[in-house]
Amino acid sequence: MAEHIVSAYDAELAALRNRVVEMGGIAEKMLDDATRALVRRDAELAQSVINADVRLDNLQREIEENAILTIAKRQPMAVDLREIISAIRVAGDVERIGDLAKNIAKRAVAISGQMQPTRIVVGVEHMSDLVQEQLKDVLDGFTQQNVNVAIDVWKRDGEIDALYTSLFRELLTYMMEDPRNIGFCTHMLFCAKNIERIGDHTTNIAETIYYLVTGNPLVSERPKNDDTSFARVGEG
Amino acid sequence: MNMTVAQSAAVSSARPTQPAGAKRQMPHVPENANEKISVRNLKFYYGDTLALKGISLPLYERKVTAFIGPSGCGKSTLLRILNRMYDLYPGQRADGEVLLDGENILSPKQDKNLLRSRVGMVFQKPTPFPMTIYDNIAFGVRLYEKLSKAEMDERVESSLRRAALWNEVKDKLHASGQSLSGGQQQRLCIARTVAIKPEVILLDEPCSALDPISTAKIEELIDELKAEYTIAIVTHNMQQAARCSEYTAFMYLGELVEFDETSRIFTTPSDQRTQDYITGRFG
Repeated sequence: MAEHIVSAYDAELAALRNRVVEMGGIAEKMLDDATRALVRRDAELAQSVINADVRLDNLQREIEENAILTIAKRQPMAVDLREIISAIRVAGDVERIGDLAKNIAKRAVAISGQMQPTRIVVGVEHMSDLVQEQLKDVLDGFTQQNVNVAIDVWKRDGEIDALYTSLFRELLTYMMEDPRNIGFCTHMLFCAKNIERIGDHTTNIAETIYYLVTGNPLVSERPKNDDTSFARVGEG
Repeated sequence: MNMTVAQSAAVSSARPTQPAGAKRQMPHVPENANEKISVRNLKFYYGDTLALKGISLPLYERKVTAFIGPSGCGKSTLLRILNRMYDLYPGQRADGEVLLDGENILSPKQDKNLLRSRVGMVFQKPTPFPMTIYDNIAFGVRLYEKLSKAEMDERVESSLRRAALWNEVKDKLHASGQSLSGGQQQRLCIARTVAIKPEVILLDEPCSALDPISTAKIEELIDELKAEYTIAIVTHNMQQAARCSEYTAFMYLGELVEFDETSRIFTTPSDQRTQDYITGRFG
């Protein structure tokens, strides 16, 4: 796109974009580390995730402040306005993703002494891998302002919901098999839920990218396969 | 772009999602929207120079339409055609049609004085006559109507009230119009325009010489006036166009690049040139 006549305006928008990208990088690493900490019961790694969240919160605050300042100074229109609004929205989603990764890390600390069979963790790890891929793709899509990537990520969220539903049943099964698993599996269930929520935030970001590029909302019905809200113990 | 109400209505119901830059066809037209003025394939010449290259657009009744575009794009030229101001200058001529309530005002048979009483104009710089505030308003009215002293007093007062100037000048109606501040002078000019009860008001950068408070007062006035009048405003202030108008036309080099609802022009314009202009990227 052509540059603004006032080059400082371009610099402000670029700075906003760069901060969002930086937040994305931090959040990706937090989710990756939190998952590894969970799988390996590594309390130290988990603690580093918890500490990293502060940086994410600060960046989000900076983005909001600078966005407001730019709106006040430049009265942005059309694509510029959408870019600024998108930066605010994506920063909000990424900040929440950081919180959810931090939650997983806290649970990793809580279960760090327990030695349950690894098969229980495998499902959660697999789900996290999928979501990390989603997150990476959607952040790349944001950097490149690529609508097709955004739509692809948006549609793939159904897979994660489906995986969460099956994981939910699997964890219930472990709990029924041996009541000593209940504490551990409950932590795992919350971790899975957190990961599923991160998936939801990646679709929010995908919607924002679509809005940023086209100026229209992404509205058609998205495939939803999370039906755990309706599941009951002893069924299926 | 050729926008009759029927055509516009036919396409306005569905607005499919499409990528930025894709050409949108027609603006959304409200139900029962009446085209007060229809400009059709209008060309304008300053001598041999073609200044407007075949423009077609509607001005909807009791709506505000803003004209934006870089200097020299033909906005003011277009406005000056709508009440045939250009007729005062030799060598300037217009081709095409401008229909006011269905009648072509470019026709040689058009009574220009009558036209200018129906289509009033306010200019960039306040242009009060060198006479009293009262007479500034009464002067135009006397050309068209025979009113008694009491009726004229009432007309002057109601016009000044409508232009949100009454409270500031009611105690000095016989002071010179030129003794007022710039913002007051501009509102006096609006009062003068309103006094002869026009149907259409043309505003050519009415706030460009005014401070923010006077500007806000004029904008408030535009908002009130549109309940009764069809308004066209030329402005270089993009935020003003965005705030005041329902429809916006973006012109460039004598062409109409885009005409759409203001809310769309300033958020998701369909033409790249419009986008570049309103976001300050015009090279």
